[in-house]
Amino acid sequence: MAELAASGVPARVAKRQAVWRRFFGSDLLWSFCHSPVTVGAAVVVIVIVGAALLAPLIAPRNPYNLASVSLLDATDPPAWLAGGDWSFPLGTDNQGRDVLSTMLYGTRLSLLVGGSAVALSVVLGVALGLIAGWRGGIVDTVIMRIADVQLSFPAILIALLIDGVVRTVLPRDAQARITLYVLVASIALSYWVHFARTVRGSTLVERNKEYIQAAWIIGVHPARIVVTHLLPNVIGPVLVIATINLATAILTEATLSFLGVGLPPTEPSLGTLIRVGNDFLLSGDWWISVFPGVLLALLILSVNLLGDWLRDAFNPKLR
Amino acid sequence: MIAFVIQRLMQSVLVMLTVALIAFALFNFVGDPISNMVGQDTTLADREKLRQELGLNDSFVTQFARFIGHAARGDFGLSYQQARPVGQIILEKMPATLELSFMAAALALLLGVPMGIYTGIHRHSWLSQAMLAVSLIGVSLPTFLIGILLILVFAVMLGWLPSFGRGTVVHIGWWTTGLLTVDGWRAIILPAVTLSLFQLTLIMRLVRAEMIDVLRTDYIKFARARGLTGRAINFGHALKNTLVPVITITGLQLGSIIAFAIITETVFQWPGMGLMFIQAVGFADISVMAAYLVLVGFFFVIINLVVDLLYYVVDPRLRVGRLGAAHG
Amino acid sequence: MRSSGPLLEVAHLRVEIPTRQGVLVALDDVSFDIASGEVLGVVGESGAGKSLTGASIIGLLEPPLRLVSGSIALGGRRIDNLPDAAMRRVRGKEIGSIFQDPLTSLNPLYTIGHQLIETIRTHLDKSLSEARSSALSLLKEVGIAAAEQRINHYPHQFSGGMRQRVVIALALAASPSLIVADEPTTALDVSTQAQIIALLKRLARDHGTAIMLVTHDMGVIAEIAHRVAVMYAGRVVEIGPVRDIVDRPHHPYTAGLMASIPQTWGPRGRLRQIDGVMPRLNAIPSGCSFNPRCAQSVDRCRHERPHLMRTANGRAACWLYDDIRQDTIA
Repeated sequence: MAELAASGVPARVAKRQAVWRRFFGSDLLWSFCHSPVTVGAAVVVIVIVGAALLAPLIAPRNPYNLASVSLLDATDPPAWLAGGDWSFPLGTDNQGRDVLSTMLYGTRLSLLVGGSAVALSVVLGVALGLIAGWRGGIVDTVIMRIADVQLSFPAILIALLIDGVVRTVLPRDAQARITLYVLVASIALSYWVHFARTVRGSTLVERNKEYIQAAWIIGVHPARIVVTHLLPNVIGPVLVIATINLATAILTEATLSFLGVGLPPTEPSLGTLIRVGNDFLLSGDWWISVFPGVLLALLILSVNLLGDWLRDAFNPKLR
Repeated sequence: MIAFVIQRLMQSVLVMLTVALIAFALFNFVGDPISNMVGQDTTLADREKLRQELGLNDSFVTQFARFIGHAARGDFGLSYQQARPVGQIILEKMPATLELSFMAAALALLLGVPMGIYTGIHRHSWLSQAMLAVSLIGVSLPTFLIGILLILVFAVMLGWLPSFGRGTVVHIGWWTTGLLTVDGWRAIILPAVTLSLFQLTLIMRLVRAEMIDVLRTDYIKFARARGLTGRAINFGHALKNTLVPVITITGLQLGSIIAFAIITETVFQWPGMGLMFIQAVGFADISVMAAYLVLVGFFFVIINLVVDLLYYVVDPRLRVGRLGAAHG
Repeated sequence: MRSSGPLLEVAHLRVEIPTRQGVLVALDDVSFDIASGEVLGVVGESGAGKSLTGASIIGLLEPPLRLVSGSIALGGRRIDNLPDAAMRRVRGKEIGSIFQDPLTSLNPLYTIGHQLIETIRTHLDKSLSEARSSALSLLKEVGIAAAEQRINHYPHQFSGGMRQRVVIALALAASPSLIVADEPTTALDVSTQAQIIALLKRLARDHGTAIMLVTHDMGVIAEIAHRVAVMYAGRVVEIGPVRDIVDRPHHPYTAGLMASIPQTWGPRGRLRQIDGVMPRLNAIPSGCSFNPRCAQSVDRCRHERPHLMRTANGRAACWLYDDIRQDTIA
């Protein structure tokens, strides 16, 4: 960077260039490019996410437009089988909706729920972890006890419970409107613990370091210390956990939808589609479940692989 | 030793009480129990009378104490949906879930631990790579999807195994078992495999990671430097050190099988507590939900307790004091 | 199986490690001998290759480190090219090892009695009770009081110094002719260090065991070593009797090392140090690896790598001592 400064390039540009140089020459990028599996996984994720985001543009039909859906087309097989039709490339479901389009929109929903749940989880978990680690004492004990108790129950159960409770409390029509939010909230509430624990542990360690104590002594407000000084230093592992958590969140949403307490068949996610198709498996109409199933599996697998690579790349022991 | 046991027991009681509290809160305050029990025509006066009779106007603590008293006797009130005592329903469904969970746990352990040991010792062999690839898929495929796939292949396409139900069951006292009939065994295979797969891969990965870590330690290096045989090192030293932390996590995982059974039972229409719970959620049957919560909480607490005690027995560092009789 | 020659002969050992940046040389043409009953100290800075040499000798180089050329012979018999099973029998039986950290060297889940008996029975044909009494006498020999009770204790019930005594007992369990000790006292406090060194000295004398003592602590060397090998950047730069190395060092690096040891007597001046740092493996200078830091370097030092040449009582890898008529180590 000294050379750049000497050559007259302004300091902040020099700094940005240095960062790019560091990134491209870094171990991280090298290990990424040298692992064909990881590159493949990244490609798959980008394709799927891209397709889902562009669903309104690229889907052959809009499955939510009831006018375009006709029961006469119900349960048609995929295009390459007898009775199939290329205007419904992967067949239709029991209501006559095009499976391919519904899959694309469904993936969108799955990603939306999964992504939001993880984001919410991260915010909640990191915040609570920081508070627990920073304040210590009774606050710490209470938060960690709750975390411990919650950890001994599987997330699915917690999500189901929250969902069930909401269902009982709210009247039916209100339920339909807020299903999405309830889903996101219940998944987020099941997974905040992992983030909280990690962040709390790191906070406890960092809190005693000199740079924090220095900031404290010169009178910087505690909230500011935590956010500007402490937070960047404890956020590292959170990224890895968040990636793996994304896969789990998508999986949990799919499971909840499959069990019937997730997204409804009117606006189905991949899980709901599989549930719908489950009833038709025995009669031989396999495509309603199988295609969404394959897509779901691919998505989760790829995100998991990326998370694995990220974890190995950040693990000092393996370098 | 005694102090440790008592401490853990008290912790367990505390957790149980918390769970019971949540269940109780669900039971009494979510939705109105009275409205759920009577028709719409019942007058306000009658409702009030019913409320008084059922003790719903008593203090929170009294109601909670009553709830615990009943729960301890297995009395969880009536199911709104089925109009029968919840306790009776649970008794019917419990054997199915317990048998399934037990089979799944056995599978996960008997396959997962050896696979983990093998892939930990022979890190780079092709068999290890294959096992790891399969394990990755096991972790990524949702349980219900695995179940559906197995049904598709083995029930629909090949027709070898049934796709739902328990098969023929034998009644022994209040217990029903499917393990005494060929039919029952055929019915339990697919669900047990489905339920065990996720746990199997987790256990395998855990054992492998621990094994690799242990094999890198100084005491293993020293054991090698002393010329101990490969078998002594891998199975005498490494394995023993690996299993100590593995026991805790595995125990907890196995506890969660009971909860994961919810999904498997739904896919295979297995008449157990999980299916009961899902149906209760769908029908907003609070008393069943609360009862399930208490029961599952109870299982978890017991398992946690057992695991903690096991840890204590297995790791000598917890038993004898630090530097017990050390001299300078 | 002892010939009349030296017990351990290390000749032209070369250890490489392939990395992303190419193949790096961790040990370069390392040669030395140890006679039976002799204590050879191996000194040098961290990263000079001392521990690697020890690891190579007992055949426990961790991949990707590779022994590419050179030979190691114990009692006249080559051990660097033995198949795994044969090398395993050499380890422990003919060569014992002691590592730095006694806390982590012992398996916390087994009693020390179990670990001792296991080692004894792996190499010697003894029954359980015979092995147990051997274990007891070993414990007594290394100075563990109340051995009959302590043999059933777990490692965490011992203090650091006691644990290292147990480690020494384990190293001696099968009566090896050579012990490779890698920084055996570094993790201990000063008074315990002295005890352990005294113990090692006595045991070596009583059993006639040779010791290769790897350390960066010259004080320990002065106490116990007969001869010293000085290592720098993966090479042996000087080797000779301990008094010569300490009082009359030949190689400029050795001289620098000795001069930088603080003295508590005589006039106090500033602490001396050698300018610069030891080069990393991917930046070893051509010619003599010490030349950039050497006050006496000449042009030749930058181009030609010096081999070990004879000095008064030992050898030094420095052109200052070059004489075309002299031999070098074969």
